Amino acid sequence: MTLATDLMNYALIVAFVVVGLCQLMAMVRVVIGPDTGDRILALDTMVVNAIGLIVLMGLAQGTRIYFEASLIIAMLGFVSTVAYARFILRGDIIE
Amino acid sequence: MTYEIIATYAVTFCLVVGAIFTLVGAIGLLKFNDSMTRLHAPTKVGTVGVGALLLASIIYNGVFGEGAIQELLIMAFLFVTAPISANFIAKVNMHRRSCDMPPELPEGEQWATFDLPAHDNDILADQSTSR
Repeated sequence: MTLATDLMNYALIVAFVVVGLCQLMAMVRVVIGPDTGDRILALDTMVVNAIGLIVLMGLAQGTRIYFEASLIIAMLGFVSTVAYARFILRGDIIE
Repeated sequence: MTYEIIATYAVTFCLVVGAIFTLVGAIGLLKFNDSMTRLHAPTKVGTVGVGALLLASIIYNGVFGEGAIQELLIMAFLFVTAPISANFIAKVNMHRRSCDMPPELPEGEQWATFDLPAHDNDILADQSTSR
């Protein structure tokens, strides 16, 4: 039991580090992105990675109170991506 | 007892798989050299990565907590919305001419992606007559 628990704790730390690194990489793409589409895509990726980080935090603390937060962030991320894309495509969000 | 050990190993496996897939998606986002190519990496691979992390959470809470089937909601939502936002971003890339354009069509036709709605055509007609 202890070996399995230790392995899971190490995997948790590795996942935290890796997802945080991915967040930084996506941020680099937001800064250098040559075009608007790349920046929107990088922001979308950052939202998805943020959901992953929140899920990992709930897993590390053993609670489930972050479930609603990640659900709301998932919905807001989708709506904001579509809003950015609509703004670039049509010059207006709600016509 | 063995049941819980197997569940712990499953959680570990899901965490490692999720971390690897997320990392691959981010590296693809950073390293690919074309807008449409970059679209592939995070929208598909990253979705699977976060899906694996959510699966780890579901297994952990299902075995050691009181069950967390609600996290399937987040997974389903992500899996449904990721292709839609990818489609929108691809349309943005085509709109901004930051990728290879589709081949030309015969006279008088154009690709439906570049179509303006009828309402906008009216506005354009108004502007051209008033000028």
